[in-house]
Amino acid sequence: MSSINWFKYASPPTFYPLAGRLAPLFGVLAVVLMVVGLYLSFFVAPTDYKQGEGYRIMFIHVPAAWMSMFIYLVMAMWAAIGLAFKTRVSAMMSQALAPTGAMFTFLALWTGALWGKPMWGAWWVWDARLTSELILLFLYFGFMALHASIDDPRRADKASALLALVGAVNIPIIYYSVQWWNTLHQGASISPGAAPSMTSIMLTTLLIMTAACWSYAIAVVLSRVRSIILERERNTDWVASVVGPDNRGGRG
Amino acid sequence: MLSVVDLECVRGDRRLFSALNFSLGEGEVLHLRGRNGSGKTTLLRTLCGLSEPEQGEIRWRDEKIGALAEGFCREVLYLGHLNAVKGDLTAVENLSVAAQLDGDDLAETQIWDALQEVGLRGYEDLPVRVLSQGQKRRVALARLLLTTARLWILDEPFVALDSAAVEQLREVIERHVAQGGLVVLTTHQEIEWTSGRVQEIELDA
Amino acid sequence: MGMWATFRCIVRRDLTLAIRRKSDVFTTLFFFVIVVSLFPLGIGPESDTLRTIAPGVVWVAALLASMLSMERLFANDYDDGSLEQMLLTPQPPSVLVFGKICAHWLVSGLPIVLMAPLLGLQYDMALDALGVLVVTLLLGTPVLSLVGAIGAALTLGLRGGGVLLSLIVLPLCIPVLIFGAGAVEASTSGLGAQSHVAMLGAIFVLALCFSPISAVAALRISIE
Repeated sequence: MSSINWFKYASPPTFYPLAGRLAPLFGVLAVVLMVVGLYLSFFVAPTDYKQGEGYRIMFIHVPAAWMSMFIYLVMAMWAAIGLAFKTRVSAMMSQALAPTGAMFTFLALWTGALWGKPMWGAWWVWDARLTSELILLFLYFGFMALHASIDDPRRADKASALLALVGAVNIPIIYYSVQWWNTLHQGASISPGAAPSMTSIMLTTLLIMTAACWSYAIAVVLSRVRSIILERERNTDWVASVVGPDNRGGRG
Repeated sequence: MLSVVDLECVRGDRRLFSALNFSLGEGEVLHLRGRNGSGKTTLLRTLCGLSEPEQGEIRWRDEKIGALAEGFCREVLYLGHLNAVKGDLTAVENLSVAAQLDGDDLAETQIWDALQEVGLRGYEDLPVRVLSQGQKRRVALARLLLTTARLWILDEPFVALDSAAVEQLREVIERHVAQGGLVVLTTHQEIEWTSGRVQEIELDA
Repeated sequence: MGMWATFRCIVRRDLTLAIRRKSDVFTTLFFFVIVVSLFPLGIGPESDTLRTIAPGVVWVAALLASMLSMERLFANDYDDGSLEQMLLTPQPPSVLVFGKICAHWLVSGLPIVLMAPLLGLQYDMALDALGVLVVTLLLGTPVLSLVGAIGAALTLGLRGGGVLLSLIVLPLCIPVLIFGAGAVEASTSGLGAQSHVAMLGAIFVLALCFSPISAVAALRISIE
């Protein structure tokens, strides 16, 4: 019986206002958590005895790296739901998640490079974690490029969903092979993220920052999915009643 | 035999047609009419299972075609705009591969006979790419003489044929219908059907 | 018709087509040869350096060459309508797709495997290393064809399909590159290549199980 309720939210006219109510909520939550988390990471968390102040970049690097991988899995999950149940909103969700996932991946790479400079003396080291992030970024690019180059939205949704699933199956293999490759070639001995002895305040800060990233991602994805819904459903009556018939772009 | 219930097809974000209902029994021809872009080709592709309808269902022998899959494929022959003929293979090779994949065990003489009947005597062993447009079309149409499928779905079969070949194709279709076959086709040419029940559906409505 | 007969029919058809249009086969092979031969010109002729980079260079070149040829796996049949006819036949589509992939590997992957030892000599590779290189290519290039088939099916009929195909498939092929090139290095450094080769074998089996099914799903999406 509960499945009926779920499918109700899978229809764009019901999901659109729901997303509209949730997005600002998570937006506010993201700002609050971010302020608290940044305060803790800059002023409360103690200086590390080995890495000095430089380690503080971990508080954004690690959540970003976690998010980048989670979001790909969430994206693949929505893609699978969309393929299995043919729900339109699922495909739109995975399409909305991709840019945010790619952004977090890029952030993880960028902060990794900034962290690497004082640690290794080089902006880029072929460390297993960074290399995996780089490949993940390529996977996000592939997903977005495939979706963008197919004109028919139905085909674009299905094709990119299948690609996301193939990618998700491949990610463990890629991750494992990169680890293997790295140990074989005697890469860097310290890796970003593997911070030395975490104190409990460090851990709390890290978790708060992660929660902030989650809230940010949810807020952004929900507002993005709202625009995607409007664009895709522009020829329907319910969109006309939401935005007013005169404001509709494109063909009527 | 073939029935369509409340069918709706969408192309891009344009609804081509909706609430389409019809049924076709043994020995009947369905002639689809409509302007360019009215969704005739999409309907034909949906009927043979290449495209998925937005809504509604297609039934063959009272079962949804999605559930039949292989069994339905065995009974359908679809000829689209494209001839599905490889230019680097000869006419005989083309037909023989098509027949093998359709699961029909044909002797090569049957293929030669079919090619002779569509007027390609002497061209059997040439690579198809050296043939003219009309001749390539005839190679594709020769499949109609070899197939055991009950339901023929033909998209503009008369295009690129001369008037004698049009007459001949009409006879082939009528022979198939007389044997209890079903035909769904589109054409912009006026065809004088001499036998068989012919239904017409206008897609512009 | 049994599955084996279907498979043989489609392989014979595609091989006949490839033999009648040989230029496609040779462009891939020449591309491979040229890419491998360019590296010494860019890096310098010191044989120590060349010997170190040889497995990586050969593998990357094989990866690029197979991407180049992958585009044609379904494209010709898609353009002339044969592909949709194949999906409409009562034969299991995964067998048809698998047959096409095998035929494609025979004309584009196998020549690369056979040519590789010759190019390895350019890089002054040891005989043992050459043997390992051939074994890894023999296991790895079919994986490239299998994974590439999914990409080729997804990008069917798109503008810039070839570049897009590389963009989505190359990241997925990274494990093959790592284990393939790694095996050769491991054997020259005395570590033994068995574990790498075993991993390649595992990936090959995995690709063999999942790729034809995924490629069929992708074809159905693209052909709609």
